[in-house]
This record gives sequence, structure tokens and C-alpha cells, in this order.
Amino acid sequence: MSEAAQTASVPEISDEVAIQIIGMHKWYGQFHVLKDINLTVRRGERIVVCGPSGSGKSTMIRCINRLEEHQQGQIIVDDIELTGNLKNIDAIRREVGMCFQHFNLFPHLTVLENCTLAPIWVRKVPKAEAEETAMEFLEKVRIPEQANKYPGQLSGGQQQRVAIARSLCMNPRIMLFDEPTSALDPEMIAEVLEVMVNLAETGMTMICVTHEMGFARKVANRVIFMDGGEIIEQNEPEEFFNNPQSERTQKFLSQILAH
Amino acid sequence: MSDMTQGNAPGQHYPPGQHPDMPPPPGTVGFVGWLRNNLFSSIPNSILTILAIYLLYAAIPPILGWAFFNADFEGASRTDCTAAGACWALIDVRGKQFLYGFYPDEELWRVYVAGFILLLAILPVLFDKIPFRKLLFANTILLPVTGFFLLSGTSGSPEAILPTVETPQWGGLLLTMVIGVTGIVASLPIGIALALGRRSNMPVVRTMCVTFIEFVRGVPLITILFMSSVMVPLFLPEGVNFDKLLRCLIGVSLFSAAYMAEVIRGGLQAIPKGQYEAAAAMGLSFWKMMYFIILPQALRIVIPGIVNTFIGLFKDTSLVLIIGLFDLLGIAKTVVTDANWIGLIHESYAFVAVIYWIFCFGMSRYSIWLEAKLHTGHKR
Ligand SMILES: Nc1ncnc2c1ncn2[C@@H]1O[C@H](COP(=O)(O)OP(=O)(O)OP(=O)(O)O)[C@@H](O)[C@H]1O
Ligand SMILES: [Mg+2]
Repeated sequence: MSEAAQTASVPEISDEVAIQIIGMHKWYGQFHVLKDINLTVRRGERIVVCGPSGSGKSTMIRCINRLEEHQQGQIIVDDIELTGNLKNIDAIRREVGMCFQHFNLFPHLTVLENCTLAPIWVRKVPKAEAEETAMEFLEKVRIPEQANKYPGQLSGGQQQRVAIARSLCMNPRIMLFDEPTSALDPEMIAEVLEVMVNLAETGMTMICVTHEMGFARKVANRVIFMDGGEIIEQNEPEEFFNNPQSERTQKFLSQILAH
Repeated sequence: MSDMTQGNAPGQHYPPGQHPDMPPPPGTVGFVGWLRNNLFSSIPNSILTILAIYLLYAAIPPILGWAFFNADFEGASRTDCTAAGACWALIDVRGKQFLYGFYPDEELWRVYVAGFILLLAILPVLFDKIPFRKLLFANTILLPVTGFFLLSGTSGSPEAILPTVETPQWGGLLLTMVIGVTGIVASLPIGIALALGRRSNMPVVRTMCVTFIEFVRGVPLITILFMSSVMVPLFLPEGVNFDKLLRCLIGVSLFSAAYMAEVIRGGLQAIPKGQYEAAAAMGLSFWKMMYFIILPQALRIVIPGIVNTFIGLFKDTSLVLIIGLFDLLGIAKTVVTDANWIGLIHESYAFVAVIYWIFCFGMSRYSIWLEAKLHTGHKR
């Protein structure tokens, strides 16, 4: 992505808290992956998380919808605390959409069925209505003509756009993205980022793990830098890129901006 | 031919972009080309082809001669068979027994009706674009009940519409089908449950499933049948007598369920973690995730293994002979002990083999068709 930092026209952020993480720790066996994570995300905020490989970025956002379990501290999403309580987990997952690096579309279902499955069976939306909504979102990501194909018949960029549409069909209040473009070729990255920028413009609360710094400059309110399982630094994108505080951030930025 | 070779004349050149379409060189397409490519592509291949042709020549005429050209098709006992070949009069006279065992003649209509219901019940399971599918499915679901009452009867009194026919009177293909179909229908869901249990993260469930699977897989089916027919009554209180066939059905179902579980577990293991995560992230509960996302993909992968288990199960039903039930093979064995037909083992077993083969081959072809149909061009 180019460094041209035109900021997208994005709505105001409200004071309402969407996600609050307080003193959260996580271990994989003996391995301390996340150390004392504290983070408050307000509704409508768009956060980009970056950091070197293995720093715990994926693990952190996967804790937010309980794909991973944290062992200490609190995670509160939409005023619901994530505990072992299955009801809370279900409630949170209904409100939080997620897109993965490898899309994870269901290969045995058509694009349309991928998009309508959860609304029909989790939200209990009538089938016709779910299909209508799905077509709307497929139009927003500009692939309505692929609705009856199977995921295996689409390009990577198209698949990721379907995955985004699929999450949006559940009408989530928060979207998590885990490196949505890093498995894609450059020309496909652009089409997916465009969809994400459009999404940001609707005022969606977003947390994106990505190394697309152009995207970060354009839509993020805040960039978070993680290393070794800790949040090292967070700042507004301009400040973050032009005036990084810690040495590790500087080193990381010089590495990814070098190529 | 001449202009064809002319087109291929060596050294003929055209300006770039002007090259016309030409026919392929002679002998590379059509029948001759096929022979050359497939049967005589190299010296070892040619030798094998010739050898195979010779073997077919040596084997097929005598078999056809025995089974058809030199065979007798009618007669009342084996002394009526004078030709050198097979004595199919046996099948002609004893065919009923092969098909129904000792089911009373005047009640045979019930077997035909049951067979027809079974056929109707299978259709909607096999083909999803069949008319009246919902109606047919209702019939499928009711089959265990309707089939049971049709075949075994509702009342002991002979005036009843469906007088009782005790299960020891069932036999032949009827018995084979009853055991085979029950085993197939029961083993798939039990197998799925066991496979999921074995992958569960609840230690109690997992241990129970593993123990069951490993125990059942570790002993021969004969042992299980034997235990169910000889040992189980020892543990039942005096006077409680539950049907030998029923015990055998349970034994066969559980036995094949253990194998089925391992086949299905193989399919479950092939599903990438991302599928579970995507489903969970969308808020699908465990059972919905399994039903809509995981099992359809896992089962599709292991269709060959599932059908393989079905075929094995269908043929293994012949082991019930050991506990005194006369299935198709059991009948084949007893029929030739009759003084009239003594010694006609070839005919008897050949007939039974053909019947088994028709069913097993049918299952195999269906699985190939299903795989092709489900191959929706998706890759991972
Ligand atoms: N299931 C697991 N069991 C044990 N260790 C794990 C597991 N998943 C991740 N880890 C480890 O946790 C650390 C953080 O992993 P994570 O996937 O969150 O990193 P990341 O910042 O997303 O890296 P990347 O940019 O490569 O995706 C890594 O060192 C990884 O090896
Ligand atoms: Mg990651």
C-alpha cells in the first residue's frame, strides 16, 4: 500500500465502551504468551494491531471471542464478561464477527449458504430474509454474481470478501480481523482492503491485526504495537509512524517499511 | 489418407500465425490409437495383454459351458440332471428357501410387502432429487416399526391378519437383509456418536468410547455373536427370554459401529481446525457445528471407508450360522445335505455368491456415483 495517507471519512467515536480488557494473562502450558494486557476499545473505534511474528497478536484477539481461553484478568465485551459461562460466550460470539487469515469458508456450502447458515440457525432469521440480507452484503463486497458458486471456485480475494460478508450477515457490533490480507496476492489485497475501508466508514468497531500500514494510516484511530506478549506502545497512527517512542517499535517499523 | 500424410510432411513451414489446424498423425487416435496407447504401449505391456487374453480364453468358455450351455435347469432331484454342467434344478425347486428360509408359504406376501417398503425406504436416502421425497422419508423413518410388525406379526392367534411368525422361521436372503439393513442403519449413527465421543475433551466420555471401540475391535465377530447368544441368557433372570435374532442384531450393530467409529474419526481428523473456529466464531453450538459444518465434510471424505464397512458387514452376516440362524449362506449349506440334492455344493454356493455380489457391487457403484456427485470442485 502506498504511504499516501488520505484519511477516510469516518464517523465519530462514542464514549461507550465496546471492549474492555483488564490485566489479562494467558499461558500455553508453561509458556506465558500474553502478559498483563490492558485495553479499552470504545464503540466505533478502529484499532490496528501490529508486531513481530509470535508476539501474541492473534492470541489476543482470539481471546476476545473465546477461541482461546485466558487464565487471569478480565475481558468484558458489550458489558458481558467472558467467563466459563457458555451463555455469555454465545451472547458475545453473536455480537463479534471474525475474519481469518485463511478465510475458513465452508467448502461444502455455496457462498450464499455460507452467509445464511449462522443467521438462520443462530439468530433464527427466516430463510428468505437471511438470503436477502446476504445478497445485500455480497453486493457491498461486490460479488453478488458469485452467490451460487462454491468457495473453491473463487479467487483468494473473492473468498476473503465472502468471509467478510459472511461475518457481517450476523449483524455484529464488533469485527475482528486476523491478518485478512496476508495470504493474498498484491492485487487481491487492494480489493479486500477497500471493502474493509468501506466497513470502517460505516462506523463499525474494528480490531485488525495487519501489517498493511497504508490501511492503518487511512482508517485507524489507534495503532497498537505488541512484542513478546505485551502491548509495548499505542498511539494515533500519525504519531505512531512518525514518532515511535520505544526502540523495539522503531526497529519493527524500520523493518516493515524498508521493503 | 494421402492429404493427411501430406499435411504432416516433415520440413513444411508456415509463416507465424498462419499454421492451419491439421489432423493428428494416423494411428494415434481412434481404435488403433487406443490399442496402441493402452494395450501395446511397450513390450512388457504387450506381453501382459497377450497373457491376459489367453487367461480369459482359458477360463471363460468352461465357466459359461458349466453355468449355461451344458447346464440343466429343470428337474425334481439331482438324478434328473443328466448334462455335464450345473444342475440349476436345485435353485428352481429350493429357491424359496434361499430367499425366505422357513417362512410359512401362506404368509409370504408379508415378506414381499416388507421388501417393497424397504425399496421405497431406500430411495429417498440414496437420491435427493426424487419426487415425493418427504412422503418417502416418512416411510423410511417408520420402517423399523412397520417392518417389524409385518415380518414378526401382531398376534399369536392364527386368525389374526398378521399371525406371529417366530424369528427361527426367518431365513435365507430375508434374514441376511434383516441383519444387514439393521446393522447398516444402526452402525452409522452409533459410529458417529462413538467417533465424536472419542474426540471429546470430557475424559469420562472419551474413556468409555475408547474402551468400547478397542474392546469390540479386539475380538472376532463370532465371539460377540456367541457371547450374545450363549452368555447373555446366563445373566438374564429366569424366564426372561429375549429373542435370539434381536441379540444377534445388537451384536452385529455394535460390532460394525466400532469399525464405523474409526472410519469416521479418520474423516473428522482431516477437517482443518479453521473450520471449527469459523463455526464457533459465528456462534454455532457444538451440535449445530457438527451437523452443518463438520460431519457433512468428514463423512464425505470417508464415503469409500463407510461403504467398505457396509459391504464387510453385509457379508459378515453369514457368521450368524454359528449361533443357529439360517441366513443365505446357512441355507446354501443345509440345502445340499438333502438326499435329493446331495453334493450340489457348486451350484448352491455359486448362486449365493452371485446374490451377495449383486448387493455388494450395487453398494460399491452407488458410492462411486455419490462421490462424483458430491465432488463440487472444492479444494482446501
Ligand atoms: N496452541 C498453541 N499452543 C502453544 N503455543 C502456541 C499456540 N498458539 C500459539 N502459540 C505460541 O504463542 C505465541 C503467540 O502466537 P500468535 O499466533 O498469537 O502470534 P502472532 O503475533 O499472531 O504471530 P503471527 O504474526 O506469526 O501470526 C507464539 O510463540 C506461538 O508459537
Ligand atoms: Mg497471527
